[in-house]
Amino acid sequence: MMRIPFAAMLGLFFTGVYFFMAIFAGWIAPYGMAEVVGDSWEPWSWAHPLGTDSIGRDLLSRMIWGGQTTIFVATMGTILSFTLGSVLGFIAAVRGGWIDQLLSRLVDLMMSIPSLISALVVLSVMPVTLPILIIVMGVLDATRVFRLSRAVAVDITVMDYVEAARLRGEKQLWIIFREILPNALSPLIAEMGLRFIFMVLFISTLSFLGLGVQPPMADWGGIVKENKDAIVYGVPAALVPAFAIASLAISVNLVADWVLNRTTSLKGGRG
Amino acid sequence: MHPVLKLLVQRISLGLLLLFAASILIFVGTQILPGDVAQNILGQGATPETLANLRAELGLNDPPLTRYLNWLFAAMQGDLGTALTNGQDIATSMGKRLGNTLFLAVCAAIIAVPLAIVLGLIAVRYQGRWPDRVISGVTLATVSVPEFLLGYIAIFVLSVQFRVFPSLSTVYDGMPFLDRMNAIALPAIVLVLVVLGHMMRMTRAAILNVMQSAYVETAELKGLRKFTIIARHALPNAVAPVVNVVMLNLAYLVVGVVVVEVVFVYPGMGQYLVDHVSKRDVPVVQACGLVFAAVYIGLNLVADIVSILSNPRLRHPK
Repeated sequence: MMRIPFAAMLGLFFTGVYFFMAIFAGWIAPYGMAEVVGDSWEPWSWAHPLGTDSIGRDLLSRMIWGGQTTIFVATMGTILSFTLGSVLGFIAAVRGGWIDQLLSRLVDLMMSIPSLISALVVLSVMPVTLPILIIVMGVLDATRVFRLSRAVAVDITVMDYVEAARLRGEKQLWIIFREILPNALSPLIAEMGLRFIFMVLFISTLSFLGLGVQPPMADWGGIVKENKDAIVYGVPAALVPAFAIASLAISVNLVADWVLNRTTSLKGGRG
Repeated sequence: MHPVLKLLVQRISLGLLLLFAASILIFVGTQILPGDVAQNILGQGATPETLANLRAELGLNDPPLTRYLNWLFAAMQGDLGTALTNGQDIATSMGKRLGNTLFLAVCAAIIAVPLAIVLGLIAVRYQGRWPDRVISGVTLATVSVPEFLLGYIAIFVLSVQFRVFPSLSTVYDGMPFLDRMNAIALPAIVLVLVVLGHMMRMTRAAILNVMQSAYVETAELKGLRKFTIIARHALPNAVAPVVNVVMLNLAYLVVGVVVVEVVFVYPGMGQYLVDHVSKRDVPVVQACGLVFAAVYIGLNLVADIVSILSNPRLRHPK
């Protein structure tokens, strides 16, 4: 029986709750996403547990629907950045030579501009839709995954079993997917947690700046933006989604830490 | 040629090359599009005449390479073009904002850097005991929280509940220094919190790394006090990694500033950039992108140079 430390348990529990609410938002949310049900910024009550927002929509429902958008975009972005980054990273490590040089220098270049700035530059001319947001965030973040997976794969390609596979005459795709991928999986999975958090913060920041998910769709960063004016009157509506973002980030962080510890302490290497 | 000088020349030219490549990337980023820039700026309802006008104004009828070279040479002479939305000269309107942003960032850095190093030292001194745990826990929390949340918590607590600082940082020309400090207090506090966590954790890791070396053990066996060992023996040897950490985080500050300026409606570069991204004012966005990239690359370059200069093996070759 595997012992799970308390912190990781807590992280797993909250991550699970957030994902559950995101997936079943349609059944859980008491009101519709854009349904106006009361006055603006009503205080917390039984009918509206978190009060209402700037134009009288139920904040709890907005939060649940918004969580769905935020988590969906972040998950898709993470999947894209991982597929792109790790495949290119493995190819760079296996092929070496000019392909490696080209990809590595391109990544260096992309990382020389802060990703928020790059995203803003690109979004200034692109139509801001969910697929575009996912692609922009995924591609920008793939640079980090590329660096990690290339570094991990370079260590693996010099192993005897890869040499043996090469001598057997296996194709490069076999080497990448059957020899390198299984051995590189655990550091990559730990990294995935961190990238997911980064995606959540990224999409929330973009939406907060008004350049991410567009109204009337809800997402956590956007809810902060809609309700920020109430803060000076002492209405904490804008702090609710911000706390959701922070607690999701911390929970995933706890899980990722545990995965990382477990895989590095296991017999002194990747398990 | 002295090897250090050679390395420095190498690094600086590499930095310039990187900046040049970044300018290409920024330019290309605003050009590769499904469709036409003018169409995207004006939307579907645009008439053919306005489209043609905008294309001519943007110089879209020239080939991309010509446009890029024109833009680059003008930018190198300090001419960043004119804004599409109000026709003002970008360099002029950017100048004052850049000053404001740098003022804010420098204020934050002056507080954050010494604080992070001292906290890092304390955490190493009491490693594994409660001061270390408290510092690490609090900084971990500030790292996981988005910048705008820190901003609104600061507003909620400090300006709404206790009414210490104003929630909007309005600054104007000829403002008395103390008033200005009062106005930027909240954004500066938030920026400090944003970078403090990373900086302190990385400082702690860098010093802990040095603490494992043989000369530290010797110092311990000599019976020196723990704090003397850290300050006299470990810290000088950890200068290179610590400076590196500080510079990387100052570069990160450049990004944090964008969000924080929007939260506090501070008239700086970040606010300027975000405003014009939503207005789809491409020349302003390109210019801002270039300035941000230059600052970011420059700070990374300084980090590189300091770590070269602080290495005695490079300074005094055999």
